[in-house]
Amino acid sequence: MVKANWKVFEKDYWAINTILEELLDNSNSKSILLLDKTGQLISSVGQKPQFDLYTFASLCAADFEANAQLAKLVGEKDFSTLYHQGSNESMYLSRVEKDIILVILFNKKTTLGLVRLRSRKALEGLGIVIRRLYDKLEYENEEYSESDFDEEFTAEAEFEIDSLFSD
Amino acid sequence: MSLINYSSREINVKIVYYGPGLCGKTTNIQYIYNKVTPETKGKLITLATEMDRTLFFDFLPLELGKVKGFKTRFHLYTVPGQVYYDASRKLILRGVDGIVFVADSQSMRYDANIESLYNLHENLAEYNMKLEDIPFTIQYNKRDLPDTIGVDDLQQELNPRDYPSYEAVAIEGVGVFNTLKSVAKSVLRNLS
Repeated sequence: MVKANWKVFEKDYWAINTILEELLDNSNSKSILLLDKTGQLISSVGQKPQFDLYTFASLCAADFEANAQLAKLVGEKDFSTLYHQGSNESMYLSRVEKDIILVILFNKKTTLGLVRLRSRKALEGLGIVIRRLYDKLEYENEEYSESDFDEEFTAEAEFEIDSLFSD
Repeated sequence: MSLINYSSREINVKIVYYGPGLCGKTTNIQYIYNKVTPETKGKLITLATEMDRTLFFDFLPLELGKVKGFKTRFHLYTVPGQVYYDASRKLILRGVDGIVFVADSQSMRYDANIESLYNLHENLAEYNMKLEDIPFTIQYNKRDLPDTIGVDDLQQELNPRDYPSYEAVAIEGVGVFNTLKSVAKSVLRNLS
């Protein structure tokens, strides 16, 4: 399952983005997203899609999970990559570590072979960053304390909830 | 699990509407979608069958705006209620931060409520989670229909721990926002 208290810190976020930008560039892809298995979007780079990114991320996670269940039924541990081919736009999804999914959107400006080849190196790099992040969450120190989420945060959040969620 | 991104200053949390088939989970989400301002909501996704029954899930992202500098989003999901879609229900529960249990108040659905709540406990256990540890709100829906069970009786059977509960007629919006507010506040309180 996805780690509890799942957080992304400044340094890791930029490390992730650097890898994603490099992959975007050397694979000639259109957009790249990184999300967790629960459908939460961690980061995205490249051309901003016309659709809602958060909705897209939730569907990608569901797609990946549904396929993982199919894999189990046919006797595989999981399908670590998925490929959806369209006449113009295609998607290549890969698992990074246990809980993270890399989604690459690409069109005819590149090929599946190139996307697959370049993503291999990126997956290694992302794996290192994600593992480091997990370690950090495991031994969370004062630097990453939750002081942002105090009573003031709760009061402000409750005010927003009351004003936005009403008939 | 909630995702807190310290770099982009974002918090995303996941709330799941659970309950037996045809209890009104999708109706809750649709009402919310129709009522909140366009700036607050994202696209409503419904993966349904031709008969309008939820096949996999409904999904609605809601944006609260900035709270202490953090852009705060709620991702609302519903699960398919029908008994045989258990695999889908289990997947949707992954990483849940808050749960709304929508109970059908009609007496003929009494057993279905109990079965669904039991199923919720079972599925959470598969993720090593306990309902007691998760913000939880119960909604007694369809209070306008004839032959409903009294709220006291429903409370006794479904809510012995006395979690926050609301009576509702989701199709008319009664109780929908009270339920959402209750669970949303509990989830954010849980962060602090």
